[in-house]
Amino acid sequence: MKKAERTLFEKNLKKSPSGIQGFDEITGGGLPAGRPTLVCGAAGCGKTLFGMEFLVRGVTQFNEPGVFMSFEETNEELITNVASLGFDLEDLVKQKKIALDHVHIERSEIEETGEYDLEGLFIRLNYAIDSIGAKRVVLDTIESLFAGLPNQLILRAELRRLFRWLKEKGVTAIITGERGEKTLTRQGLEEYVSDCVVMLDHRVTEQTSTRRLRVVKYRGSLHGTNEYPFLIDENGFSILPVTSLGLGHIVTNDRVSSGVPELDNMLAGKGYYRGSTVLVSGTAGVGKTSLAAHFTEAACKRGERVLYFCFEESPNQLIRNMRSIGIQLEHWVQKGLLQFQATRPTFYGLEMHLAVTHKAVNAFKPDIVIMDPINTFILGDKEDEVKTMLMRIVDFLKGNQITALFTSLSSARNALESSDVGISSLIDTWLLLRDMELSGERNRVMYVLKSRGMANSNQVREFILTDQGVKLREVYIGSGGVLTGSARVAQEAFEHAGLLTQKMDIEQKKREIEKKRKAMEAQIANLHASFKSEESEANKIIALERELIKQLEKDKSEMAISRKAVVDNNKASKRK
Amino acid sequence: MKPMIEKSDSRTIKRKPPKTADDKWILRLYVAGQSPKALTAFANLKKICEEQLKGKYSIEVIDLLINPKLGNDDQILALPTLVRKLPVPVRKIIGDLSDTERVLVGLNLLPVR
Repeated sequence: MKKAERTLFEKNLKKSPSGIQGFDEITGGGLPAGRPTLVCGAAGCGKTLFGMEFLVRGVTQFNEPGVFMSFEETNEELITNVASLGFDLEDLVKQKKIALDHVHIERSEIEETGEYDLEGLFIRLNYAIDSIGAKRVVLDTIESLFAGLPNQLILRAELRRLFRWLKEKGVTAIITGERGEKTLTRQGLEEYVSDCVVMLDHRVTEQTSTRRLRVVKYRGSLHGTNEYPFLIDENGFSILPVTSLGLGHIVTNDRVSSGVPELDNMLAGKGYYRGSTVLVSGTAGVGKTSLAAHFTEAACKRGERVLYFCFEESPNQLIRNMRSIGIQLEHWVQKGLLQFQATRPTFYGLEMHLAVTHKAVNAFKPDIVIMDPINTFILGDKEDEVKTMLMRIVDFLKGNQITALFTSLSSARNALESSDVGISSLIDTWLLLRDMELSGERNRVMYVLKSRGMANSNQVREFILTDQGVKLREVYIGSGGVLTGSARVAQEAFEHAGLLTQKMDIEQKKREIEKKRKAMEAQIANLHASFKSEESEANKIIALERELIKQLEKDKSEMAISRKAVVDNNKASKRK
Repeated sequence: MKPMIEKSDSRTIKRKPPKTADDKWILRLYVAGQSPKALTAFANLKKICEEQLKGKYSIEVIDLLINPKLGNDDQILALPTLVRKLPVPVRKIIGDLSDTERVLVGLNLLPVR
């Protein structure tokens, strides 16, 4: 069984990694090695760049030299054009890693006089391949030949031979072709190149253009079939392999503080889970951004990297505004821990936003991503699409163990609990901010709508923005309902007054008891005193009595002496 | 560039040095080995030149199989290709030159009607 699997694996199509960001993930490893691939698309959709990046990455990342045979642009033009992508083609040519060959046909110079073939092209290509030992070949718009050579029969036969020859040669080739009206390419090249067909597209919807790539077919291999948005920028291509994400995220028990201690307490005392997705939703001006800024500051203080996408405010404005509630973000930007990405949602299409997000996240490698706010995307776009996009973003961030905090502006007419973007099911922790109008005041309250995997507080707290940041106060809940703001303060004062009277009562009682005790003690002392006087009286009497008794005895003995009853004894004792 | 004259032993390539610079015709025939097409083309070219340009032409035969690099300058794709280097402008005639009239048009040897 295992052996069979292994042989099957070995029999699997070998792939040549393109090195183009994201493309290898879609195709499960790159282009089919040793086979030609057709890259087709309308003018200006990036075919040439795709081919060129394939070659340059081949050289720089996989040490596979390549030949670029251009039927349209001259070598100098090519070098200049791709320099804007950071490719030093001239240097690679000098190192004999890349061979550029510009094939140019002028129809007016050419006269057909009978049988011919394209052996010259073969020899030329062969020479170029052999001169640098190329493994990769790009034929940029070979269809130009159809304009240069009148005899299509010969041309088609020769092209068929060319692609077969490329296969035999064992080079991985990219053939670009202009998109046709009904066919993939104008000249039906897909007829000849049947192993792998990639289609590039550049579409404009709602005045925003998005580049998309689709693998139309890939013989002998699984591949992503969707249309994937891609970007061309100073680092070349980057394609978003959006649906390659599953639900196999790694989860941790790590917690990250929300930056507001009271909020942490509400979330089982520790804050959000790392890698979870937090949604802060609420009506306008309830402090969503402030909460996000708190989270940002707390993360930066821990030394974590934060990527902040602001779609409505400029970074400077945001920094200024947050300073007013005591959150200093500027120096974190300077330290490089915090990066702002400010773009208007209408600046690109949704797909492009996704691609830009991906790119920025991959480049900055943040621990925390904040998107403020997410629902501005809905402007002009379909809700479904926004949801898919956000789902992709959430999946992508979760896959990278990035804690995400989104803010969402709920419009007044919608129910608060139905987040406009409809992503509530994607959210792990959902904080709801709302305002309460009571006795001529508008106060903010906050509660945790849900928080997966933790014993969160069920309390509604009053949310106060102070110059020390966000503070959460317990609201007064009593017979009068939930009280906030000055009503709460009044209630508190009232309660305080009540408490005070109670305290005073106790004091009074204490004093009374003290008094009683004193009275009692005085009585006791009185009794003591009278008792003492009586006692001394009694003692005096006793002493008197004793005196009396002594006197009596004395009298008695004197009487005896006088009667001479006990003379001797008395005389003897007297002498002593 | 070194002309590949008389490179192939099996063929005799005549080279007639031009008498004056003005009427010098330099023709280059690119081939790949000795394919039937190449042989036909050479035979046809010889015939036409002998008829039209006797004594004032030179033919270089360049075999790209032997020296592939030489094809780049003249942008050779199709084979066989005849290139008229002189007199200017450069003209290219592809094919086995069996259509004599078109060759003459291509070489600009037919008077414009």
